Amino acid sequence: MIPGKFDYVRPSTVDEAVAALVAGGDDAKVLGGGQSLMPVLRLRMGEPSVIVDTTRIDEMKGITDAGDAVVIGAGVTHDDVAKNALVREHLALLAMTTEHVADRQIRHRGTMGGAMAHADPAGDQPPVALAMGASFTIAGPSGRRTVSAADFFVDYFTTAVGPDEVLVNVTFPKHTGWGAHYEKFNRTAQAWAIVGVAATVRMDGGSIAEARIGLTNMGPGPVRASGVEAALVGASTLEAIAAAAEHAAEGTSPNSDIHAEAEYREHLARVLTRRAVAQAAGL
Amino acid sequence: MTEMLESTKAIGRPLRRKEDAKLLHGRTNWTDNIQLPGTLHMALVRSPMAHARITKVDLSGALARPNVVAAYDAASLGDLNSGVPCVWPVTDDTVMPPFPALTGDKVRQVGDVVALVLATDAASAEDAISFVDVEYEPLPAVVNMVDAISPGSELVHDMAANNTSYVYNLGGGYADEVAKHPDAVIVKRRFVNQRLIPAFMEPRAVIAAPMGMSDEITIWTSTQIPHVLRVLLTLVTGIPEQNLRVVAPDVGGGFGGKLQCYREEILVIQLAKKLGRPVKWTETRSEDMVATHHGRDQIQDIELACTPDGKMIGLKVDLLANMGAYLQIITPGIPLLGMFMYPAIYKMGAYQFQCTGVFTNTTPTDAYRGAGRPEATFAIERIVDEMAAELGMEPMEFRTKNWIQHHEFPYTTVAGLTYDTGNYEAATAKAMDMFGYKALRAEQEARRASGDPIQLGIGISTFTEMCGLAPSRTLGALKYAAGGWEHCTIRLLPTGKVELVTGTSPHGQGHETAWSQIAGDILGIPVEDIDVIHSDTGRSPYGMDTYGSRSLAVGGQAIKKAADRVIENARPIAAHQLECAADDLEFANGAFTVKGDPEKTVTLGALAWAAFSAHNLPDGVEPMISGEATVDPEDFSYPHGTHLAAMEVDTETGKVRLRKYVCVDDVGNQINPMIVEGQVHGGLAQGIGQALYEGAEYDSDGNLLTASLADYLIPSAADLPSFETGTTVTPSTTHSLGTKGVGEAGAIASTPAIINGIVDALRPMGVTDVLMPASPQNVWRAIQAAKGAQA
Repeated sequence: MIPGKFDYVRPSTVDEAVAALVAGGDDAKVLGGGQSLMPVLRLRMGEPSVIVDTTRIDEMKGITDAGDAVVIGAGVTHDDVAKNALVREHLALLAMTTEHVADRQIRHRGTMGGAMAHADPAGDQPPVALAMGASFTIAGPSGRRTVSAADFFVDYFTTAVGPDEVLVNVTFPKHTGWGAHYEKFNRTAQAWAIVGVAATVRMDGGSIAEARIGLTNMGPGPVRASGVEAALVGASTLEAIAAAAEHAAEGTSPNSDIHAEAEYREHLARVLTRRAVAQAAGL
Repeated sequence: MTEMLESTKAIGRPLRRKEDAKLLHGRTNWTDNIQLPGTLHMALVRSPMAHARITKVDLSGALARPNVVAAYDAASLGDLNSGVPCVWPVTDDTVMPPFPALTGDKVRQVGDVVALVLATDAASAEDAISFVDVEYEPLPAVVNMVDAISPGSELVHDMAANNTSYVYNLGGGYADEVAKHPDAVIVKRRFVNQRLIPAFMEPRAVIAAPMGMSDEITIWTSTQIPHVLRVLLTLVTGIPEQNLRVVAPDVGGGFGGKLQCYREEILVIQLAKKLGRPVKWTETRSEDMVATHHGRDQIQDIELACTPDGKMIGLKVDLLANMGAYLQIITPGIPLLGMFMYPAIYKMGAYQFQCTGVFTNTTPTDAYRGAGRPEATFAIERIVDEMAAELGMEPMEFRTKNWIQHHEFPYTTVAGLTYDTGNYEAATAKAMDMFGYKALRAEQEARRASGDPIQLGIGISTFTEMCGLAPSRTLGALKYAAGGWEHCTIRLLPTGKVELVTGTSPHGQGHETAWSQIAGDILGIPVEDIDVIHSDTGRSPYGMDTYGSRSLAVGGQAIKKAADRVIENARPIAAHQLECAADDLEFANGAFTVKGDPEKTVTLGALAWAAFSAHNLPDGVEPMISGEATVDPEDFSYPHGTHLAAMEVDTETGKVRLRKYVCVDDVGNQINPMIVEGQVHGGLAQGIGQALYEGAEYDSDGNLLTASLADYLIPSAADLPSFETGTTVTPSTTHSLGTKGVGEAGAIASTPAIINGIVDALRPMGVTDVLMPASPQNVWRAIQAAKGAQA
């Protein structure tokens, strides 16, 4: 790998990171686990003037219990997210989805916050954040602000994080006791999802009381399958789930690329939504 | 070594590989690890366009960059801009366009090289290439083969009318043979054998340096063919052969992709000679995807005629073979290595073959594991299944009815090859038993009856192939420029150890172990006392290198002959020491013994010291014990086998799962069964890769869409089941060790087994073919199309 030349700084606090980003201007880039940034540098798709390494910032590393929510530092690796007891107890869908990110090596280096900020439309976790109503804490020169998942993901590889800002943590409301399932559809084990469906449901007496469903790679950013969620309320049979899943592609705008045409992605969204919900509901 | 074995029993034992400790401990010497003082690093300006006229190349911007020492385009490189060679013009009128190392007039593929920069470090060279100012006048790209040969198409080379390099014909009489059977059943298909990228683990690298006080130039390069490359580099650069040393250090895989004389090798050696200092180039993976030759890429029109009761009458094959933008070392000949294999294991009355070599604005194609034979095996095994379905016969039963039976060997096929031995019945019976064929057929029926969304298919491939390249006269008859012999020299060292010099050039195969087993058994010397010297024209001057499953099949025979000669050359010294006639000696377990007098014995090791000291040698005997042999094989070798795949197909999504894979290969006698199994495993992964995952795709402008390993998918262990492999042993009668080649068998056999399995699962739905790679979308589309056709 021979990237273009860049300066390198390694702050130990969020404020220092912000200061470094401000000093670096538009060409500064944040380095987390490096699993998205390194390929960009290697292919010279980007040639940042300065790289701000956030891996030594303690504040971005922990996972904490905030009562009705779990706060995950932006610098926590996928592997630590997936194995964390709080996450497994209260955010089953996130744990399950994170286990499917890339491969074992990448999960040990890459960070969930980095993946969120990179906002690849094929990323596994952004739809989970959207479906579960996560919020994002962003630090910048004028202080900190909190952005809902709906406002965080803006477009292809674009989030609400500005060039002089850094994502500090992500807060997920607890979904304790909810059933969950992630259907990742890819061609090889470590490949990106062609389509992914993350579903979590709260059961009440054998029927679905609430459902949250996020779709991967069905548009420029994560998509929430609101039509399906609404249609699932009260569903207690596979037939009812299948009928609700027919709404899965509504409001989506998937790409056509060498792995799949848009029409096929829409078909997959329906089939996989049915399967994911049935699994999550235990039906 | 954990296995201390009697050396006399080394052959046939699954000895752990001598090579592996070095590999596992990171003590390898890859070409890129070589650091020489004063090295200049080369970076290349590659064309982003598939077809364009070059209107301007300005090097001044790059020359002004820090640490840049020189930069060249085709004009400024002048006479040193040698052509990349092709040594296999398959017909007298094969069109062979010039292929200069640096392109001056037009670019003809994405990745074509327009200019180069040399700097004192690799980063500076890489930084500087974006400061070379190149202007292009775009031309329409020729991408699709059918369009390329259509009248009025844009031409890749003005000298190649209709973008055609050659038209090759073999056999004939198909129509006459079919006409004899008015009730003949005919099945025709067009199969697309897609383009693949070799994707070896170690990207290519090359470094050349003028060495010492002589006129020698040494080139270290990640190649499969140091010996052949030395000859070719001499021919294209004019550097005298005796001054050129080619070394292949540790090489991390090749699969045919390093069976080449690449432009980068030519440039590096020319520049090292011109500038009088070392020049180095190491490719990135992204570069590799466009700059290393590709494989396969044929459109196959195939027609099989049978009697209504299922006897084959004849076969007609018409190929379009994509050459890419230029002809590389054996580009035109690759389809011809498959030409003889379309009739495969089957008996029939007529065979007619035609192949048209087509130029397109794409990366050149050349050898990739199997080279022509996987394409042939795919087409024949696919159409055999289609014919069985047409006739309403069970596909294995249809094969059984037409294959050569074991008592019919040697058998001369309709394509003109004589298969020495084989036992298709035995391999098939064993494979079906391991597979649980009947139980899986029953499960298939049950799933069909219940309308299970997951359908089950059984894929069959009963293959043979020709390998062990090759009898030199046959190569000559096919207009290939070189021979197919192999060399071995075995020297006894004074302390009783052995140097075995081979002309084969391993890059992952385990030759050091296997060759030691062969020589160790014959000489009665422990495997660990034998050092195998290879892949360096300075230490191993003679050889034809490693490709085409030839190293054991041909090179092994040279080892045997050289070892036998060592014994014969030691015999007079032994007779002299034991004071008997040479004929009174017998040789066993590393020692000569006087017949009938077991007390009178002398070991080879003792004789080695006697030869070294030379104090007491018989008159006329030279003080040296060694043996040399160069063996030209009597024939190709013909491994065969039966491969069975159980494929689960999700009919809702099109996703397939390879549930079980069983193969029984007959590669004749085995020197090291563990290495044999490893070769089969690797071949299977690549053949299954072609069936399910891999495929180089271009857009209509000639851009490679699968230009990274994120888009060009290769299977990992996580994507494949545990293979269940077995063997039968039918020794070759034309090879002195009874061995056959194994390097390509898995890659050749497995692809049709997978696709046949998918089609078998979906046939009741009306599916009769699936495009490769059988991605979920391709399978789903095949199902949708069949549903549409039935609606």
